Amino acid sequence: MYSEKVLKEFRHPKNLGKIHNPDGLGKVGNPVCGDLLWIYIKVGKNKKGQEIIKDIKVKTFGCVAALATSSKLTTMAKGMTLDEALKINKEKIAKELDGLPPQKMHCSVLSMDGLRRAIEDYRNKKAGRIEPSKKQPSRSSCRHRNKKGNGKSN
Amino acid sequence: MKRIYLDHAATTPLDERVLNAMQPFFWQKFGNASSVHSFGTEAREAVEKSRETVAKAINARPEEIYFTSGGTESDNIAILEIAYANRERGKHIVTSKIEHHAVEETCKFLEKDGFMASWLGVDKEGLVDLGEVGNAVTGKTILVSVMHANNEIGTIEPIVEIGKICREKGAFFHTDAVQSVGKEKIDVNKMNIDLLSSSAHKFYGPKGAGFLFVKEGTEIQPLMHGGGHERGLRSGTENVPGIVGLAAALEIAEKEREKENARERILAKKLLKGALGIENSWLNGPAIGPKRLSNNVNLGFDFVEGESMVLMLSDKGIAASTGSACSSKSLEPSHVLRAIGLPHVKCHGSLRFSLGRGTTAKDIDYVLGALPRIVEKLRKISPLRKGVDISEFEEDIEHVHGHEH
Ligand SMILES: Cc1ncc(COP(=O)(O)O)c(C=O)c1O
Ligand code: FES
Repeated sequence: MYSEKVLKEFRHPKNLGKIHNPDGLGKVGNPVCGDLLWIYIKVGKNKKGQEIIKDIKVKTFGCVAALATSSKLTTMAKGMTLDEALKINKEKIAKELDGLPPQKMHCSVLSMDGLRRAIEDYRNKKAGRIEPSKKQPSRSSCRHRNKKGNGKSN
Repeated sequence: MKRIYLDHAATTPLDERVLNAMQPFFWQKFGNASSVHSFGTEAREAVEKSRETVAKAINARPEEIYFTSGGTESDNIAILEIAYANRERGKHIVTSKIEHHAVEETCKFLEKDGFMASWLGVDKEGLVDLGEVGNAVTGKTILVSVMHANNEIGTIEPIVEIGKICREKGAFFHTDAVQSVGKEKIDVNKMNIDLLSSSAHKFYGPKGAGFLFVKEGTEIQPLMHGGGHERGLRSGTENVPGIVGLAAALEIAEKEREKENARERILAKKLLKGALGIENSWLNGPAIGPKRLSNNVNLGFDFVEGESMVLMLSDKGIAASTGSACSSKSLEPSHVLRAIGLPHVKCHGSLRFSLGRGTTAKDIDYVLGALPRIVEKLRKISPLRKGVDISEFEEDIEHVHGHEH
């Protein structure tokens, strides 16, 4: 069901864990299958003075695809400017992993949303808004649902 | 790498003795059981001998056994064809919320076709309530279908009593015994059963072979129309090797049942005791004992997801399964776990081990060596732990799903 690359990423995940005192934190829940993911970022500057993701860690409560895409996304995002990181989309993550099964595309959306929220959280904090990380809308835009039988048949 | 198969509820390996019994019917005795010549008669004799073996095992008469392609087909014939043959008497059926999809989807199909279905709830062990059965079955009820043993959590339903209620109220009683045939003693007469589904690959027989018991005098019509095989109920050239294999497998299972159950129960207890040593874990379904299939251990682990556990176990050579939403095609958690009242987030961490004839104490030791580390590893990377408040995600992870019935 999964590509070799997904399995490899799952077996040897990168950047899993937590950053103490992160600059940005994105917490998301997955409305498709009910999984959860927290992304932590530390922001630094590159030589040009642009803000970049200096460090990134992720905690995931989810399936093989969720863990693999979390790991992949964080490796892709590390070192990118915040604006570049915001441009990562689910197709790009899936491509890096040689594709995902169709019903598992939403798992990559979850990690992307987590990253977006983390960046948003950082920017909000910087702009001086009060407790921005607390109450974020946690919905992912991906709400496709399949109402057929649950496929577990034995 | 050493591989340990603990998914016998999904399917079992073919017993070598069964293979030997089947083999001649693939090529030496390959005749069509409907043919008049000697090739046909030797096939016919094998089919009828198999029918007698099966009938004897469940205390039925040979004329009451119909060979099919397996559990799914038997469930479909039983439910659809009782419903259509008896629709003049009433259009109401009763079933439970924890049936296998072969029953669940068939009943839902009937609902779309103008029948009314009542879905019996279950308690936290997965048992239907007899009082609720009694209330649900009315004069308009033509069929009650409640499984004998549940495939996910191993609960054994009180089918004797359910059958009795059906007899009293004049409804036909069907039971999906796919998980229990060969493991639990079945006596269709004593148990008040009118129809019973079974599948050979769950008791060390071949895949694609099963049977349906239909009590003499039950009004039923065929699903498959054609050459009138199986006394008109199930047309199609008989799968002779499959039928021979089914009967051979059932005969062996019946002979070894009690000894093997006792052996598996000891191993199941060992597995359970060891696994519950892991913090924040629990057993889904009834305690190990008479209300539970002896080979089923369905565990739950907080804060981790089942598909990830299954793959990590598989990397260690261990085959298990899960009711997590993430590992189902529809991304819904197991309807059985939901029905016993488990919240969505806890269904995620379910892990089913189903033991079998090949399982040894050493295998269980090996699993108990690997499992704690896997759970720990996944917990380390999970955002959840004791005390983490996920109420802000409640809407996302709990209410979006939820079963319709
Ligand atoms: C309880 C139950 N009913 C029905 C089936 C379907 O049987 P089959 O695979 O023979 O179609 C299964 C297993 O898959 C089962 O466990
Ligand atoms: S996280 Fe649930 S399906 Fe991937």
